[in-house]
Amino acid sequence: MTQPEIRVQDLHKSFGDNHVLRGIDLEIGHGEVVCVIGPSGSGKSTLLRCVNLLEEPSTGEVFVGGTEITDPDVDIDAVRRRIGMVFQQFNLFPHLNVTENLTLPQRRVLRRDKAQAARIAAENLARVGLSEKADAYPSSLSGGQQQRVAIARALAMGPEVMLFDEPTSALDPELVGDVLAVMRRLAEEGMTMMVVTHEMTFAREVADRVVFMDGGVIVEDGTPDQVIARPRHERTRHFLSRLLDPAMAEVEEGTSDQVGKPAQ
Amino acid sequence: MTDTDTRIQPKKTGLTRRQKRRLSRAAQYAVFVAAVIAFAVTADWGRLQNQFAQAHIARQLFPDLITVALKNTVLYTLSGFVVGLALGMVIALMRLSSVGPYRWLAGIYIEIFRGLPALLIFIFVGVGVPLAFPSIQYPGGTYGKVAVALGLVSAAYMAETIRAGIQAVPKGQTEAARSLGFSPARAMISIILPQAFRIILPPLTNELVLLFKDSSLVLFLGVTLEERELSKFGNDLASSTANSTPILVAGLCYLLITVPLSLVVRRMESKALKEIR
Repeated sequence: MTQPEIRVQDLHKSFGDNHVLRGIDLEIGHGEVVCVIGPSGSGKSTLLRCVNLLEEPSTGEVFVGGTEITDPDVDIDAVRRRIGMVFQQFNLFPHLNVTENLTLPQRRVLRRDKAQAARIAAENLARVGLSEKADAYPSSLSGGQQQRVAIARALAMGPEVMLFDEPTSALDPELVGDVLAVMRRLAEEGMTMMVVTHEMTFAREVADRVVFMDGGVIVEDGTPDQVIARPRHERTRHFLSRLLDPAMAEVEEGTSDQVGKPAQ
Repeated sequence: MTDTDTRIQPKKTGLTRRQKRRLSRAAQYAVFVAAVIAFAVTADWGRLQNQFAQAHIARQLFPDLITVALKNTVLYTLSGFVVGLALGMVIALMRLSSVGPYRWLAGIYIEIFRGLPALLIFIFVGVGVPLAFPSIQYPGGTYGKVAVALGLVSAAYMAETIRAGIQAVPKGQTEAARSLGFSPARAMISIILPQAFRIILPPLTNELVLLFKDSSLVLFLGVTLEERELSKFGNDLASSTANSTPILVAGLCYLLITVPLSLVVRRMESKALKEIR
């Protein structure tokens, strides 16, 4: 592992008085798939959004592909072209059909000509298995199909890194599999991926590393086997037990500082 | 009966629900019929027809009614709309700017021009400005003058409409565009504005209807015979023929345009409602 694809150094982020990220250090190597897990409000989405500067970090540095994107003089639009982002709510452009969703960014941002953009769009639609929906509008697609189109749209820009912000959380359970299959294929092809998710099966089987966050810090960072199967920290264990077996959770007077201490 | 005493008994009133409904409806119809009869009996039909529906006077209005008056009304309105839309767009973007003074200026503009009567602005643009700045010539003469006046009035309303439309586009759209590498300006043009305009098409069309009516304020500017629009034309011919038929006919011409436009708006709105799943 030479230079890491993503490097986060002592990252802090506050929204007003709310200190969401409290000093994050993280490196993701080329071709690595890292799943970030943690309870809601732990700052995992904020961390992901800091990596392409959708959120401006309060302090700290973020490097992507060797470029310090937190440098105010860096051309953020140029950096973002190398970082694909997939959102929980898909965020397809509803006024454009599927093909146009893929071609417009290529043409406007990368200045590709019409034929080339169309060719790359078709390739990437095939990659996510949705060639037959090329002319459909987003509103006529299921959530799972919309999310796969969103992945294809990001891929059409030829990114070096892909960020996934809870990509299956807004989907009906039976549609999750198709999206995860696409992501698994992408991982196998060697894409560098940072995935905020609650899908433990995906994390266990696909991820090279799993990062557990809580309270704005990284609590645990290691292989899926280490973090999911043999968590060292009580907080991780507590979170995983609630996630894997939600019916067994007990009522607790939970505030964030009590998380990790099981209720009496 | 000791058990049932504790239950709440429905209070008996004089009328049942059905009876009340019937009574209310009967009363409303009765008032309506009485009003129609009263009007039919008291109106002097011969005089009304004489005053408002003189076929030979109506015929006399053609073809100028169409080729001059209606044409000018449409021209004034559309040119005012274009100026208003362009200016409104600029003001809306200023209102959303991250630069404070732009936001304040836009806010001041909107408050001033929404708060003033359109007629005052017409007189200001048509009479005040030419007197104060004799060197200023409106391009297109009266047409330019009217376009500016109507544009100034409508820009304030349109700016607020456009701003609301832009803000109605979900934040995720901007984020998706930015994450794909769009610059803020390009995201606005390619992604946000097309969606915003789809949202505000009904209110913008309503604004067009309002402008059609406001174009009648040209009446208060000195215009040549060839520059007359519907209201001025109707008014002039009503006084020259000493009859109100031209007013009625001019009014019908407005409705010919505004009623279909309103129907289109209603259609768009019900269609938009359906699209929101």
